Amino acid sequence: MKAAPRTIRIEVLRYRPEQDKEPVVQGFDVPFTDDMSVLQGLQYIKDEFDGTLSFRWSCRMAICGSCGMMINGVPKLSCSTFLRDLYPNTVRVEALAHFPIERDLVIVLDDFITKLHKIKPYIIPKEPRALSQGEYLQTPEQMAQYEQFSACINCMLCYAACPQYGLNSSFIGPAAMALVHRYNLDNRDGGRAERDPYVHSEEGVFNCTAVGYCSEVCPKDVDPANAVNINKTESAKDYFLRFLKPKGAQA
Amino acid sequence: MSASNARRPYKRPMGGWWRKNPYFVEYMVHEGTALFVAAYALLLLAGVFALGRGEAAWNSWLALLRSPPSLLLHGVLLLGFLYHTWTWFNIMPRTLPPILIGGERVKATTITRAGLAAALVASVLVFALAARLAS
Repeated sequence: MKAAPRTIRIEVLRYRPEQDKEPVVQGFDVPFTDDMSVLQGLQYIKDEFDGTLSFRWSCRMAICGSCGMMINGVPKLSCSTFLRDLYPNTVRVEALAHFPIERDLVIVLDDFITKLHKIKPYIIPKEPRALSQGEYLQTPEQMAQYEQFSACINCMLCYAACPQYGLNSSFIGPAAMALVHRYNLDNRDGGRAERDPYVHSEEGVFNCTAVGYCSEVCPKDVDPANAVNINKTESAKDYFLRFLKPKGAQA
Repeated sequence: MSASNARRPYKRPMGGWWRKNPYFVEYMVHEGTALFVAAYALLLLAGVFALGRGEAAWNSWLALLRSPPSLLLHGVLLLGFLYHTWTWFNIMPRTLPPILIGGERVKATTITRAGLAAALVASVLVFALAARLAS
């Protein structure tokens, strides 16, 4: 016999710009089964209680990176966080921290998208290559150099975990740096010189104070803090070694 | 933004951010232990100045170090140093490029343990040297 569903209290930080001056908490008692995620809890609320509740989601399997939100104050993917693990406590759901709230659980992510564009997250060939030269070949060792950093799904949990980004949103931030690192480490890529000015700039790596929470919350074990901090060394080398270079020499 | 635009993004305040998450509280505490390190550096610097001002100044600085409040301060600073060391080596794996030994990446816990062991060895050496000079 199937067990009767239990009921969990889900409190959502609502923000409807046309009626709310500032965000307000709204609670719902949601019946749930053991296989239900927080995302499914929100979908239940939208279907049964209030169709105006807004949130982003797509894949339901922790790969699209759309459903990130603060769950009990911690940045998490709501599709891979289960209500059974939070019961019997009340669940508090809020839009990802450090981003402006567009509506309810939907954030304004323009800043992150702008940063993604700026870092040129694609392979920039070292020299022009004709189609007739065929595909690039890469050994498993060469791939191992960057593979960890290529697992980023752009979910922005790391930005919601980064107080330095919250205090100063001009900081390039963890995920963008992980992607900079991913392409710089790729032996097919020759784009480092194009990405370096941003990495070494005022908005660059040295805004990081090694809090390390970005890597704790990363659902894909990318370890963005590692990418940022390795590049601090690179940035310091770039700053000091330029004094040793002959005048007029190219970086 | 025009008046007809319904968009009104809400920016949440950052006030008291570090109290909102136990992880950030710990971060502030372990960053705060840097002040303990700075305090001890100033204490030693005062000793260097005392030495420069002559024997009497040096001896009074030594006497000050041996006073009960100073011993208490040293105990408190030592605790701060120990926590500082522990947290410093805990974050170290996140700051290093991958270290490969025999084609295998050295684990984060190994790096932390190696760092703590190095700190312990250095401390024992300094302590032994101090004990030797004092005898």
